[in-house]
Amino acid sequence: MNFAQLTIPQIQQGLKAKQFSAVELATEAAKFAAAENPKTNAYITLSPDRALATARLVDEKLARGEDAGALAGVPVAVKDVIVTKGVRTTCGSKILANYIPPYDATAVERLEQAGGLIVGKANCDEFAMGSSNENSAFGPVRNPAALDRVPGGSSGGSAAVVAQGTAVVSLGSDTGGSIRQPASFCGVVGVTPTYGRVSRYGLSAYASSLDHIGPFGRTVEDAAALLGVIAGRDEWDSTSAAAPVPDYVAACRQDVRGMKIGLPKEYFAGLAAETGDIIAAAVETLKSLGVEVVDISLPATDYAVACYYIIATAEASSNLARYDGVRYTHRSEQSRTLAEMYRNSRGEGFGAECKRRIMLGTYVLSHGYYDAYYLKAQKVRALIAQDFARAFEQVDAVVTPVSPFPAWKLGEKVDDPVAMYLSDIYTITCDLAGIPGMSVPCGATPEGLPVGLQLLTKHFDESGMFRLAGAFERARA
Amino acid sequence: MRITEEQVRYVADLANLSLSPDELTRMTRDLEGILDVMDRLKDIDTTGVEPMAQVLFDAEDTAALRADVDHPERRFPIAIVLENAAVSGSGYFKVPKVIER
Repeated sequence: MNFAQLTIPQIQQGLKAKQFSAVELATEAAKFAAAENPKTNAYITLSPDRALATARLVDEKLARGEDAGALAGVPVAVKDVIVTKGVRTTCGSKILANYIPPYDATAVERLEQAGGLIVGKANCDEFAMGSSNENSAFGPVRNPAALDRVPGGSSGGSAAVVAQGTAVVSLGSDTGGSIRQPASFCGVVGVTPTYGRVSRYGLSAYASSLDHIGPFGRTVEDAAALLGVIAGRDEWDSTSAAAPVPDYVAACRQDVRGMKIGLPKEYFAGLAAETGDIIAAAVETLKSLGVEVVDISLPATDYAVACYYIIATAEASSNLARYDGVRYTHRSEQSRTLAEMYRNSRGEGFGAECKRRIMLGTYVLSHGYYDAYYLKAQKVRALIAQDFARAFEQVDAVVTPVSPFPAWKLGEKVDDPVAMYLSDIYTITCDLAGIPGMSVPCGATPEGLPVGLQLLTKHFDESGMFRLAGAFERARA
Repeated sequence: MRITEEQVRYVADLANLSLSPDELTRMTRDLEGILDVMDRLKDIDTTGVEPMAQVLFDAEDTAALRADVDHPERRFPIAIVLENAAVSGSGYFKVPKVIER
């Protein structure tokens, strides 16, 4: 068994043919993750006991001839902003360094019910704030494709473990590109579902109107299988949607002849040359599959970065108020009064980027600036959503690069928050509009740095996205 | 766009965030750079555009209410709730004194 390359169908066949048991998979996964993790620092916490406990249940079910679930025996990593009962959940922050949640997120509950084995908690930028995974209090993650480079962020660990092979699939979260950008940088598939498609219950809130949970996989079908398990209405998240969940794996196998995609000119202006060449070749591949390609325009794109960093930080400044040194966080020892205790606990517990975003969010919401920044940004958000709505009257999908350039060197942009924010330009519009998007590997630069192709479809049309991605992946194989 | 250290100190106060003198200097510089990018929003015409606070596509499905009933299986015993507290005692979270006698 080549553990690092396993796919969900191979695991299903292997269990059925009794080549291995789920307990053997859990044991091997724990061993492999412990041995490989020092190379990348992609896990913050390993949870071998938890994986083993689920594996025993899976083996018992299989022995009784029962259906053990769509993820039976599949090693899964969970981003450390998603709570796991009894397994430390740090959110990549010193302020939650010792937090042991008393409950499971709905997505976690569902993937375990489907037989998934939770190998560990994946490293990430603190409270999912970052584009390089360098904002983790537990150290940066190194990109498995180039160890001196960033894996992307904020779900850098979730992308890296799948690329490295220490998990077969993983859960990440995406607020402005935090699934698609690391997927692109690490050369794996990453999916941001429609807003509300997956319950956010148990996801620590960064920007509630933009937050999503979504899957990573080495293949399009593996990511589709995980999404199928976690998607659907959850009564514990009132923003989760009741729309039926179609068979996403089946969608991956459908023909794409006659589908129409749009290339928005605003997404090809500031592109690095080598990324541009790879994306152009990918578009040619889609054409060769019978997909019709047209040029379109999404004119509000130029304002998306400003719009996003106002709305997201405003929401963050409110959401992060709960980390107060009282109920579940680090408490400063230095304080005499309650007010001092709040300030010092937060001052000591939050990292630099978190503080920056709390400050920015508080500023744009403060008296005298609300209309100029927050309200204006909400109007621009509406324009961005309208751009997409108009585009989808004309095309089935919008196709773009995920990032203007491939993974950069560790440390390269740490001291330049503006440059870091601007690198999110191609991914944040999807979150602002609430539409689904994904990154599918489409090539590598001469240096061997992976590049991802972004596919965007209309609300709840994840199937259209999977159809294109599946066909594209087969054409490249 | 100019932002002063005094303004930054005021906002840090609103956010209940202590900043060291070094952090204050750095924060002032960073916010200034970021607000320059934010100010680009002035260039786009939003006359007559309704602000979008949430993803509006599907309000009937997403703006759901549930029955206001107790779920005992979801209740946490006080001991569990206090397990992650920095300081607790007698079944309560403990905080520094609020009222001086």
